[in-house]
Amino acid sequence: MTALGTHGRPVLDVRALTKVYGEGEAVVRALRGITLTVDTGDYVAIMGSSGSGKSTLMNILGCLDSPSDGHYLLDGVDVSRLSDRQLALVRNRLIGFVFQAFNLIPRTTALANVELPLAYAGVRPAQRRRRAMAALELVGLADRADHQPNQLSGGQQQRVAVARALVTEPALVLADEPTGNLDSRSTDDILTVFDQLNAAGRTIILITHEPEVGARARRLIRLFDGQVRSDTRQDTPAGPGLPGRHSAVPRSGGWA
Amino acid sequence: MGLTETLRFALRGVTANKLRSALTMLGILIGVAAVILLVAVGNGSAKAISDRIEALGTNTLTVTSTSRGSGGLTLAAADALTDPVLAPDIVSVSPIASTATTITYAGTDYDINQFVGTQASWFTAANSPVRTGAAFTAEDDRQGRRVVVIGQTVAEELFAGEDPVGKQVTVGGALFTVTGVLAEKSSTGFQDANDTAVAPLNAVREVLTGYGPLGSILVAAADPSRVDAVESQISTVLDQRLPAATPGTAAYRIQNAAQLLETQTQTAATFTTLLGAVAAISLLVGGIGITNIMLVTVTERTREIGIRKALGARRRTVLTQFLTEATLLSVIGGALGVAAALIGARFSIVGVQPVIVPSSIALALGVSVAIGLFFGGLPAARAARLRPIDALRYE
Repeated sequence: MTALGTHGRPVLDVRALTKVYGEGEAVVRALRGITLTVDTGDYVAIMGSSGSGKSTLMNILGCLDSPSDGHYLLDGVDVSRLSDRQLALVRNRLIGFVFQAFNLIPRTTALANVELPLAYAGVRPAQRRRRAMAALELVGLADRADHQPNQLSGGQQQRVAVARALVTEPALVLADEPTGNLDSRSTDDILTVFDQLNAAGRTIILITHEPEVGARARRLIRLFDGQVRSDTRQDTPAGPGLPGRHSAVPRSGGWA
Repeated sequence: MGLTETLRFALRGVTANKLRSALTMLGILIGVAAVILLVAVGNGSAKAISDRIEALGTNTLTVTSTSRGSGGLTLAAADALTDPVLAPDIVSVSPIASTATTITYAGTDYDINQFVGTQASWFTAANSPVRTGAAFTAEDDRQGRRVVVIGQTVAEELFAGEDPVGKQVTVGGALFTVTGVLAEKSSTGFQDANDTAVAPLNAVREVLTGYGPLGSILVAAADPSRVDAVESQISTVLDQRLPAATPGTAAYRIQNAAQLLETQTQTAATFTTLLGAVAAISLLVGGIGITNIMLVTVTERTREIGIRKALGARRRTVLTQFLTEATLLSVIGGALGVAAALIGARFSIVGVQPVIVPSSIALALGVSVAIGLFFGGLPAARAARLRPIDALRYE
């Protein structure tokens, strides 16, 4: 599989990746040799039925899990050779992860949640606050900065999670079914944010099993039984959210 | 992350579940307060003992029998000590026979701890003056008159609001006339020094103890500097009168106030150590409470740990966070425990005025910090070791 994009050097380079769970009789081969490169600035959707290994792949790409075999180069660095401490650094600086279940820290304000990765990066409080507010503004939730997760709707929580993922300006934004728990309106909000992020040059990889979500990406990869079944470039992304695609920064409150 | 940041995170963790944190702190609070307070009680009683022995006077010696049963101290031996030739430095000799008994007045019974039978010289030698009424005289003793001088506690128990002097009380089936009340004495440890009554030796032997060996002999020296001389003079006299049952041992033991002070202080120190050890156990239990709660917290917040790790929290950051949380619990609990102990030490406990030992505060606080670090360490290490994916998948 060669790089299809023309956006420069690959930010992500995966070679013959396999992942095996369990031993003996109960062995499960979640990934059976995935090879794949993603260029800087690309917008990739990974689709596949449940059990196709897409979540496993995502966790490995996010450095949350380690592969059984194969190589994973992130920004040119072989992740398998990194120490625990360096992996934490990679997760902090290079990757922004958006979970299906939002995964905000409970009883902690939206602002504090967004500030968290910066706190781990050692950014000073004043600057941290400014950058976190800017990220919240980007997802249109600046006016909800002091709300705790349980005071926010699902869509709003996910937008906070997106703000948290992009606040460190990572090379790679990974989203594991980010719209899986959301209604169509919130889904559209999130996808609009992703469109804008990608327009601003961020590399995005998301997992979905909703075709209309997959249709908005520039490139669609389908997994089946832990292997890449198809990899297609989509020149004209469909979907209703296109007007916001090329505007730089959305107005806050525009979609609340 | 900075120190304030870490503390803020820890504080948020502690306040997230207020009742649980409060109960955990209570465990440490009780432990720390118990250590400080019980050591203070032990210390206080040691101080009271030494105060009392010093009040007793440093010019007295107590002769006690080493053998139980026959061959103990006799009245004849006591009388022999009043010898201006062999024992010129002895001012007075007070043979003592004492027992616990019941004293009755107007239908009220009172169990008295020490019913002392002695001679008139005792009041001066034991530094126990009579406050109201009069002491009995040598003549009273010779005649075997049944008169008694009672302590403050006895007076309060039997004669609430009445003047005891001149009243008749029943002791061991015989009537005794109260002639006076002793001046109040400071109490020692768990024994009330005012729970006593003093009567002539002959009357007490006749009515209560019988004519067996004496309990002890109180000897007063002419001067505190002559105590050593008196000790050898007593030996000279008694060695003739009271041959040892087995060679090489003495049938009696002489203790002066300084020796008494030493043995009593040793006893008090043992006692303090014992109390401290019991309190330390409760502190340990409090520490285990912290481990328990931190384990629950870590389990409960496994997902949160996963999220934090996914956002780039380092192993050390997670470890520090949970360690700080545990230490915060123990330090706040410890500080409150110190406060509780300081307040508690203002009241007298089982008759002892506690005297705080400053080092015990430092020790208890130090131990509580150590407990936080030690007992919080296991759960914190467990949290820090979690792989992000395992923590995130945890339900």
